Amino acid sequence: MSARLSRGGRLIDRSVPLTFRFDGRPMTGLAGDTLAASLLANDRMLVGRSFKYHRPRGILASGAEEPNALVGLGQGPRFEPNQRTTTTETFDGLSAISQNRWPGLEHDLGAVSGCLSRFLPAGFYYKMFLWPRPFWKHVYEPLIRRSAGLGKAPQEADADRYEQAYAFADVVIAGGGIAGLTAALAAGRAGRRVILLEQTAHWGGRAPVDGDPIEGMPADTWVKNAVQTLEGMANVTLRLRTTVSGLYDHGYALACERVADHSPGDGRPRHRLWRIRAGKLIAATGAIERPLSFAGNDIPGVMLASAMRDYVVNWAVSPGARTVVVTNNDDAYRTALVLADAGLVVAAVIDARPAATGDLPAQARARGIRVLEGRGIARVRGGRRVSGVAICAQEGEGAVLEEIACDAVAMSGGWSPVVHLWSHCGGKLIWDAAGAMFRPDAARPPTGDAGQPIAATAGAASGLLDTAAVLADAHAAAGGEGPAPQASCPTEAPMLPVWIMPQGAGPALKSKMWLDYQNDVKVSDVQLAAREGYESVEHTKRYTTLGMATDQGKTSNINGIAVLSQTLHQEIPVTGTTTFRPPYTPISLGSIAAEARGEIFQPLRRTPMHDWHEAEGACWEPVGQWRRPWCYRRGAETVQEAVNREVINTRSNVGLLDASTLGKILVKGADAGRFLDMLYTGTMSTLPVGKCRYGLMCNDNGFVIDDGVVVRLSGDSWLCHTTTGGADRIHAHMEDWLQCEWWDWKVHTANLTEQFAQVAIVGPKARRLLETLGGMDVSREALPFMAFAEGTPGGFRARVFRISFSGELSYEVAVPASEGLAFWRACVAAGAEFGAMPYGTEALHVMRAEKGFIMIGDETDGTVIPQDLNLGWAISGKKPDYLGKRAQQRSHMASPERWKLVGLETLDGSVLPDGALAVAEGVNANGQRRTQGRVTSSYYSPVLKKGIAMGLVLKGPQRMGEVLDFPVEGGRIVQARVVDQVFYDRDGEKQNA
Amino acid sequence: MTRYSVFAVAREALRWHSGWQRAWHSPAPKKAYDVVIVGAGGHGLATACYLGKNHGIRNVAVIEKGWLGGGNTGRNTTIIRSNYLQDPSAAIYEKARSLYETLSQDLNYNVMFSPRGLLMLAQTHHEVRGYRRTVHANALQGVETRWIEPARVRELVPIMNIAGPRYPVLGALHQPRGGTARHDAVAWGYARACSAMGMDIIQQCEVTGVRIAGGQVQGIDTTKGAIDCRKLALVVAGHSSVLAEMAGFRLPIESMALQALVSEPVKPCLDVVVMANTVHGYLSQSDKGEMVIGGGTDGFNNYTQRGSWQHVEETVRALIETFPMLSRLKMLRQWGGIVDMTGDRSPILSKTPVGGIFVNCGWGTGGFKAIPGSGWAMAELVARGEPGPLAAEFGLDRFREGRFIDESVAAGVAH
Amino acid sequence: MLILTCPHCGIRAEETELAPGGEAHLKRRGPGHSDAAFEDYMFARKNPRGVHFERWRHAHGCGKWFLAARCTATLEVFGTYPARTSGPPPDILAAIRARRPGWEAGE
Repeated sequence: MSARLSRGGRLIDRSVPLTFRFDGRPMTGLAGDTLAASLLANDRMLVGRSFKYHRPRGILASGAEEPNALVGLGQGPRFEPNQRTTTTETFDGLSAISQNRWPGLEHDLGAVSGCLSRFLPAGFYYKMFLWPRPFWKHVYEPLIRRSAGLGKAPQEADADRYEQAYAFADVVIAGGGIAGLTAALAAGRAGRRVILLEQTAHWGGRAPVDGDPIEGMPADTWVKNAVQTLEGMANVTLRLRTTVSGLYDHGYALACERVADHSPGDGRPRHRLWRIRAGKLIAATGAIERPLSFAGNDIPGVMLASAMRDYVVNWAVSPGARTVVVTNNDDAYRTALVLADAGLVVAAVIDARPAATGDLPAQARARGIRVLEGRGIARVRGGRRVSGVAICAQEGEGAVLEEIACDAVAMSGGWSPVVHLWSHCGGKLIWDAAGAMFRPDAARPPTGDAGQPIAATAGAASGLLDTAAVLADAHAAAGGEGPAPQASCPTEAPMLPVWIMPQGAGPALKSKMWLDYQNDVKVSDVQLAAREGYESVEHTKRYTTLGMATDQGKTSNINGIAVLSQTLHQEIPVTGTTTFRPPYTPISLGSIAAEARGEIFQPLRRTPMHDWHEAEGACWEPVGQWRRPWCYRRGAETVQEAVNREVINTRSNVGLLDASTLGKILVKGADAGRFLDMLYTGTMSTLPVGKCRYGLMCNDNGFVIDDGVVVRLSGDSWLCHTTTGGADRIHAHMEDWLQCEWWDWKVHTANLTEQFAQVAIVGPKARRLLETLGGMDVSREALPFMAFAEGTPGGFRARVFRISFSGELSYEVAVPASEGLAFWRACVAAGAEFGAMPYGTEALHVMRAEKGFIMIGDETDGTVIPQDLNLGWAISGKKPDYLGKRAQQRSHMASPERWKLVGLETLDGSVLPDGALAVAEGVNANGQRRTQGRVTSSYYSPVLKKGIAMGLVLKGPQRMGEVLDFPVEGGRIVQARVVDQVFYDRDGEKQNA
Repeated sequence: MTRYSVFAVAREALRWHSGWQRAWHSPAPKKAYDVVIVGAGGHGLATACYLGKNHGIRNVAVIEKGWLGGGNTGRNTTIIRSNYLQDPSAAIYEKARSLYETLSQDLNYNVMFSPRGLLMLAQTHHEVRGYRRTVHANALQGVETRWIEPARVRELVPIMNIAGPRYPVLGALHQPRGGTARHDAVAWGYARACSAMGMDIIQQCEVTGVRIAGGQVQGIDTTKGAIDCRKLALVVAGHSSVLAEMAGFRLPIESMALQALVSEPVKPCLDVVVMANTVHGYLSQSDKGEMVIGGGTDGFNNYTQRGSWQHVEETVRALIETFPMLSRLKMLRQWGGIVDMTGDRSPILSKTPVGGIFVNCGWGTGGFKAIPGSGWAMAELVARGEPGPLAAEFGLDRFREGRFIDESVAAGVAH
Repeated sequence: MLILTCPHCGIRAEETELAPGGEAHLKRRGPGHSDAAFEDYMFARKNPRGVHFERWRHAHGCGKWFLAARCTATLEVFGTYPARTSGPPPDILAAIRARRPGWEAGE
């Protein structure tokens, strides 16, 4: 059994007990515990079930590499699945549930798949479930999906908030162990801006547990001193609970700080995502111990040797009362010694090496610990908990020599440097045969914007396991001056790579040797993949799912690669590694989105009159990041009724439209006219001062991109109106051509969209409204259609344009944005006696369609050229060039077979569905029904009391009067006649009034 | 080749799976082939497969610089749909989708095609109009899609917040037979079928040159020696321009990084594929339980298979806005693929200025879903030397004639 | 996440401040040029795996367009220069050759 020891525990505070629940059962922990430590202290070794076979899973590790001990943490809007107990700090009131089991953790029906595991090897699903075909969707897949996934999905919106922060540093150091601290001291003393980040809640890493003295003092003391020194440096920032999760191009590092995971609901953001520009990243990320592959190495109670001594030293928790240590190296003897020091029984150390000769084995023997050389574990006994081990010769096939009873097994297969951050951005690795590890190749680092190295490693991350060498390496990595801190450490004998235990194990044993504990990938699975031709390490990974679990293969990758290499009879470096991808450990999606949620998900652009519209009950239409009133419903009106009322009122009295969102770009300079002639299909240079002209704009590939009215303000100034969505885009388009093509032309542009509020005063009584406001002559003579004047209507400084997008008598009045609301209110007040009402964008759409005016985005969609739109009058034939002109000469665009704009009138007066297609005879070579046109805009006209539409029809203008068939939903055909696109006031008497 | 079945698995289980044969062979290249295909991704392997099955051409080599299926085939978000607006696109993607329906049986390899249904959310009035237009087009193209109202969207996706606040869901374009498949399995299944027909799949073999004489292809030089061929098909998404340069012509293509990410696996909570184009994000849940998330491209030329972080943030923000529960899931893994972006964002299946050389490229962000249809059409093009109806509109000549196939019309992104 | 120095305002700009604009030094072909020449200008792209001349706009900064020489395989930046030029300046070419011996500018 596992239990809390009566003394020791360098990280716990015995005076602060904490209560928590696991699967509903109340338990007690201590301040400073991780949840894994608390669970072990409550004799809770079995904490979960594996992914595929629902095997019982215990705690394997003590840190971020843990593949097994995952729980669902918290409740309701704070529930989170798949939390590692080994990195979760226990807090009072914590609530955790085990995962992937039903009905319970101890008795899980899913475990039946474990009994069938022989029939479910790697990739079995690729070979099965083929017949009968519909069964995949309806039977097999639902079954597989139900058994897949680990934790439950959160159901509710997240109750926590997240934030992001920027930081800049010369050196970012990932890892606050002795290597990271040494590097920080060196860089800090050299005056560099340093950020030192440690993923756990404590400084010092493994060194205080492993016990080698540094500079003649206990590691714990040295660490405390080092932290104190660093805290005294103004140029050094230290941060705990912060994991550097990725290194990106040009030295961009991402770090996730767990601010309040251990104090949920305290008002602080739960996580803070640091986005750091680093001159250099030093990965002092340590190394991860590897399991050994022996049969039953997944049974709860089998643990990494280093983790076991962590639990004893850090948290005073004994994972077992009677432990067998199994190893291929000297380091694991430290665990045997720690256990013995704590008064626990070490039944034996099983050493796969022919001889155990180092200082540490000698110390173990001196303590009376039995050491078996050249031995391995044939099989672990036990089901939901280890009950013993069967011993065999490592070089044999697994014949059992001896049974040893025990309730825990500490294993060590050697160490793998944590090279993730080094590799994320292209740093290369080399195989170190002596250490049996991939370590960073210092000659091939990841490089930055100037080709310079942007990362280095320090200490164990460089592949150095000896304390003195770790300190020297870290000191050098940070460019330290003078001598590095010194350490004394025992001499360790070489490790022996052991990838399978025993080395001659047969298929029955290999099918019980786990590589990836979470995903249930065994030695036999990797060998099967290799046998079937999935020889690339990426193939094997994907075929078996090795290393694809939530731990990203931290404990399994190297073992898997080694087994694959052995099976293929090739050297490990030939096999190579899979690609390391960020993040190092999973980070919350909440922290990635951070504050950009809800109302501030994206910026919201409001016109000066926005609040007025809202108060008047506007239904909003998002147009880009703007909100425009769609219509203003009154009382119990439907949207359609409101639109009809707004149209009729505007056409019979006067309507007010907030047109502030329209783009307004000032183009000024000696060459402005010439520039606009290139930009628009028509000619703008000849426009007289004080006049307005409609303009159509194409890209150089010939397609219409925007339209709007251009106003000649003065001799060298033009004001270009764009669509609401087009303002920024068109301004950028202008600047592109000005700066990159015609850079010697004397032109300036300024996007004044937000500087002016604009009100359209529309309808037969529009002039009377303005006359009521007074202050300006708006008579037909003073301000005829398509004229512009400056004035002070109602006392407001304004530009007044006689332009119309509705076909009515219409004035668009631009005033400074700061006066927009006041002017709007003045218009509303002055219009009261004329029945003025505001109208929204839908009424605008209806009225422009009644007049046959095109709308960018409706009649155009990026595939339409001006020649398709009956807008020949807006294209200058005389100009030698404009953007799009050459493109429009290409064969397909000059073809007479194009679809062109016409009006469409249903025979029964109904409204044609938007987007409906007119069919032609027969089908094309791909069996698709041929078509000959489509509806681009379609509305009910409350004035004409029938449906009206515009559409693009094959050779449309030549086919007036023809009737086309439009199939619509439900298999019906709606017939419509090709007509002129102008349905209302064809002669323009109203707008010219 | 041993046929795969539940019986075969049971039989092998009794002998510890020792009797399984290789799924494909890894031979050394022969001196010459009738057809050499460069690129053993899904498209290249499918092309080879249908050259054999449909046209009886089996003296074929598929050359791969890395490992088969290791490019974009193994890096995408596995979405399959055919709800395209333009006729040529709808034709080839629907051909692909319909081949996916029976691909597991045709290849005797379970590619786990899962027609769970696909939604494209309309979150602006403009999108509502665009998708309604698509539904009309699809009805005439033989593609089964329909417009559904917000209430139905909520039924299909209970975890979605359809109310906004910024972009409320106004409805969706629903393709009930759209879905996903297991991406690696598609490449592996085709590779196994090609190998069984006697074709050579040659991995770890990089093309170093293209030999041309008299305007006609003669063969290629590779890191495994010279190989002669009568016809050469370049099917190398991401690196099309590099191969074209070797053959002496230029393509209307730019290579850019497209990023994707997955969450940790959780129990099933999303039974359909959801695409939200206004906010640029798409989402599905794999059979393993991971939420698979994708967004838009980075926008600058890039061959590194790494993208820029801010695009991940944009995508995740957008999806949390629509799926608030995602906030407490964790990003497990992110990666990038290199996609070919063409001048009109539609693919190229075409003859080239060099006799005997054909290109299949430019699938942009949407290649996976097209694999079977693309291979089918490409095999026809290579075998006959002229495009069949599926490929006819996708020739390089369209860029000279101004005859584009532009899908951005209906949707901002085209995955 | 790239860093490019804007040659106009001198800022070492984060990629989030910048908008990419595709291949640089394209020669516009208007009326009077052949279909083939127009197609080349509009669509044919070098798209090299290696040194690439490209356009960027300091969109959320000074607003100016500039050009960059950058390696698309390593993302190394050889230099940036104003857009008002029809070809890469000599110092940029020298910087590229210094770091990529054997590189040729091509056409």
